Amino acid sequence: MAEKVWEAHLVHRAEGEPDLLYIDLHLVHEVTSPQAFDGIRLAGRTVRRPDLTIATADHNVPTTSLDLPIEDPISKKQLEVLTANCAEFGITCFNRGDANQGIVHVIGPELGLTQPGMTIVCGDSHTSTHGAFGALAFGIGTSEVEHVLATQSLPLTKPKTMAITVTGSLQPGVTAKDLVLAIIGEIGTGGGMGYVLEYRGEAIEALSMEGRMTVCNMSIEAGARAGLIAPDDVTIAYLEGKEHAPKGEAFDAAKAAWLSYRTDEGATFDREVIIDASTISPQVSWGTNPAQVAPLSATVPSPDDFADPAEREAAIRALQYMDLVPGTPLKDIRVETVFIGSCTNSRIEDLRLAASIFEGRKVAEGLRVLIVPGSHRVKAQAQAEGLDAIFTAAGAEWREPGCSMCLAMNPDKLAPGERSASTSNRNFEGRQGRGGRTHLVSPAVAAATAIAGHLASPGDIT
Amino acid sequence: MKPVTVITGRAIPLNRSDVDTDQIIPSDWLKRVERTGFGAGLFSEWRDDRDFVLNDERFQGASILVAGPNFGTGSSREHAVWALMDYGFEAVISSRFADIFFSNCTKQGLLPVTIAPEKASALLDAVTADPSLEITIDVARGTIEAPAIGMSATFALEPFTTERFLNGWDDIGLTLRNEQDLTSFEAKRPAYLPTTA
Repeated sequence: MAEKVWEAHLVHRAEGEPDLLYIDLHLVHEVTSPQAFDGIRLAGRTVRRPDLTIATADHNVPTTSLDLPIEDPISKKQLEVLTANCAEFGITCFNRGDANQGIVHVIGPELGLTQPGMTIVCGDSHTSTHGAFGALAFGIGTSEVEHVLATQSLPLTKPKTMAITVTGSLQPGVTAKDLVLAIIGEIGTGGGMGYVLEYRGEAIEALSMEGRMTVCNMSIEAGARAGLIAPDDVTIAYLEGKEHAPKGEAFDAAKAAWLSYRTDEGATFDREVIIDASTISPQVSWGTNPAQVAPLSATVPSPDDFADPAEREAAIRALQYMDLVPGTPLKDIRVETVFIGSCTNSRIEDLRLAASIFEGRKVAEGLRVLIVPGSHRVKAQAQAEGLDAIFTAAGAEWREPGCSMCLAMNPDKLAPGERSASTSNRNFEGRQGRGGRTHLVSPAVAAATAIAGHLASPGDIT
Repeated sequence: MKPVTVITGRAIPLNRSDVDTDQIIPSDWLKRVERTGFGAGLFSEWRDDRDFVLNDERFQGASILVAGPNFGTGSSREHAVWALMDYGFEAVISSRFADIFFSNCTKQGLLPVTIAPEKASALLDAVTADPSLEITIDVARGTIEAPAIGMSATFALEPFTTERFLNGWDDIGLTLRNEQDLTSFEAKRPAYLPTTA
């Protein structure tokens, strides 16, 4: 499938040069774009296709009241620069408070801008999220952002392909997040480097679009720049009626084209991995990279469990940073903060799942719980369903949309030594705040942990 | 970018695997709208530890970073490359680089040198043992040599990437040579594709 999308976007091919691929959609946010716009201006160039470009404020925005100004002057300036750059070059931009504003990888799909067979880029590594629709979507650096702004294309070398076939079905209570954490644990942080992943098999087909987005989102955590899933009836049903999706006869034409991108029977891959979904249970990360995961029912591993010297060394460092003792049951680990949000798990189904666990219960004494919807549309939907009332009644904080504590660029941070259960995607040292300790989990485990005060699955709480 | 042909210098050993871009340049630094001045933020959280290798005076002035496997994982932030270059690095050596980081290096002129794991490991040991060890990297030949210890290794870049390093070509300028191809491609794009307008 990746091959088909690649060939359909080929602008120029020459011996000894990378292929030049056309880019159908360029998503822009405030952090990785200012220097690119500066480059465009310095070279006297312009934005070739503002009509294929869209911008939103997400990484820096505070998630507290929209009625208050942004206190951090540097964040404020960066957001103002995005607004000014978009105005100068005629790019639609959703600023803080706009009804369409949200995390860039949440708003693309919900607006219907993300469609099968497209090439989609963004100066953000979690652009792989859009692969859930059968789009070839990947993160780029600022030089490439500038390149796409100027030319709506990118010179690229074709990656290798890896099929990740997930057979059988997930057990009740096991989510897409647990599945992708288990996949990363299996192939490692470097296993996907140089590859595009294609997730397939019964367990993948059974996922909703939002579950598929969670899986594709974390492809980069296995080292793969892109991960995709073939479009099917689930994809088409999701797209129908979305604001930017084609309508009427155009929708029918598009539907046929979208399905034609599906992987051919007998297609070959450079590498194949097979995973049995029925063996996967709720997962939690114990270390400082996303491959350092274990079933929630297990204990903290010992460095001696790792044969590879580099992995052993990494485990020693990680356990020291995380202040964990091998052999401790993971469920005995107490947390101070729970974060439900990020481009991995901040969509309506994630919030519904969390709310079903919070309903009629209280957050454990002294715990801080932040619930940050992925976009204003998600926020409005959640409020229409009364989920916000469930969260606040339980003692959680219901916030404004943004990236928030996933990467601690806004005021939502962990303090040094503070421990969190987080539905985000990275447990790197200091990722959620300098000295902070992150355990990656699903929204279900996050909510159960918030009630219990220690890492827990929904089955562990009363 | 500036042409890069031969790099000769001393190296700093960073004996850790999976060094992610959040460690290379923490997210607080990403709020800046400039492209310069990121060297001060390079590995800033680790540099608070006096024993961290970048604080070791014996390695001051080194222009080559030798790292463990899976260097540059995580975020797409090009700020990581800007920080390494601003600090004074001209090349990074590892047995494996993250894809986006590698690509960002080639756009900016920071030479990413991929060598076999056993060679990378041997080089880490050699540099750790002798901070004065001189290393020469030749882009055109695709070689890395440390004559004092009799070590030599080869590395491969895409031929086109090698040419770009040697000549310092501007990627956007190269692409715009295909303006006609871009225009004719645009004329043929299916009508159902979305616009953001």
